[in-house]
Amino acid sequence: MAALKDIKRKITAVAKTKQITKAMNMVAASKFKNAQTRMENFRPYAGKFMDVLSSLALRVSPDTHPLLAVREPKRIRVICMTSDRGLCGGFNTNLIKATERLIASKVKEGKEVALIPVGRKGRDFFRKKINVLNERTDVFGKFDISLAVQIARDVIPPFVREEYDELYLVYNEFRNVSVQRPAVVRLFPLPSIGQDEDVDPNKRIDYIYEPSDEVLLEKLLPMYVRVLIFRALVETSAGENGARMASMDNATRNCEEMIGSLSLKYNKARQAAITAELMDIVGGTEALSKG
Amino acid sequence: MADELILEIVTPEKMAFSGKIEEITIPGTEGEFGVLRGHASLLSSIETGELSFFRDGKRAHYAVSTGYAEVTSGRVTVLVETAERSDMIDKERAKRAREIAETKINKLSKEDDEREAAKAALAKANVRLNVAEKG
Repeated sequence: MAALKDIKRKITAVAKTKQITKAMNMVAASKFKNAQTRMENFRPYAGKFMDVLSSLALRVSPDTHPLLAVREPKRIRVICMTSDRGLCGGFNTNLIKATERLIASKVKEGKEVALIPVGRKGRDFFRKKINVLNERTDVFGKFDISLAVQIARDVIPPFVREEYDELYLVYNEFRNVSVQRPAVVRLFPLPSIGQDEDVDPNKRIDYIYEPSDEVLLEKLLPMYVRVLIFRALVETSAGENGARMASMDNATRNCEEMIGSLSLKYNKARQAAITAELMDIVGGTEALSKG
Repeated sequence: MADELILEIVTPEKMAFSGKIEEITIPGTEGEFGVLRGHASLLSSIETGELSFFRDGKRAHYAVSTGYAEVTSGRVTVLVETAERSDMIDKERAKRAREIAETKINKLSKEDDEREAAKAALAKANVRLNVAEKG
């Protein structure tokens, strides 16, 4: 009977796992919905901001701003965004791999690379491998624009002081629930604004600028950095929960399958046991009647 | 429509306000300024401060942080990183933030980047407390 009992125990265990993965799937789904609303709410802000920034960039040549200064890239920093928690499939692995590839290519060119991890998983992975600065962990549970402000404050002053020459950002680009893709963008020097964007000439209004247009642009550029960082944060967080939803859904399905095949095995074993018992009884009575 | 004034306050988290107003006072970098309907087109940066506007005979107060205001005919778009209406402000939290910022400023050297950040935090906490009083 030992085999029967073992199978029964296994079924109970898998059923418990299924309960957990199902609950995690539901939690991730609700978090995902929040993240998606956030992304939608952020869109008008980013859109309006870009309109104003590019119309301003058309008026003033922004090349003189320190955030746009192109230097020979010797020292490079990379922001790597990952989630704080695991159990979300290949989500973090993909982000970390993309970061590693970037770092490897830069190191090969003889450059000095330092990493700024945002999110625990990336920090844990890179901590012992590479110089890690300004780490931010356990941030994705609850964050707002002030996180982007803090990260921007970590990266802007050293760049302006010429402590490093280029900054890259690795984050998760959100496509839809099931498609997560790591994206790499260069943050500093900021790519020139306005030239590659089509600004409707009718939208160009001659404003009174307060303070002057140059000073205004100087104020808006750091804000632009924060917009880019915040967008990356929101998309990464949406991607994390999307990925967790998908992987927990998979896990739940696998549990169901396992329970199915285990039940079959259990029933077969029970049937076999009953048959064996019957055979014993029949054998016993036959032996008695003969005697 | 030059005879009305529409205000939109946009933050990264949400549309904090959208609707018709009569008059608005904005904490610009060069000083506070007011906008009435028919104002000339203007683009001004905003510093941490108090923004207030008049609507249906009542004055509403908001604590806002960095951003800008864009005024075009009959429309004011205020784009700021945070905006809180006076009655939504958590006074206790603002007080705590003020204390933390004050101790930080006293502790840090003048060259530290964090000191500037702490100063900004202190200014923000003070504005929030002032605005909260008006709720």
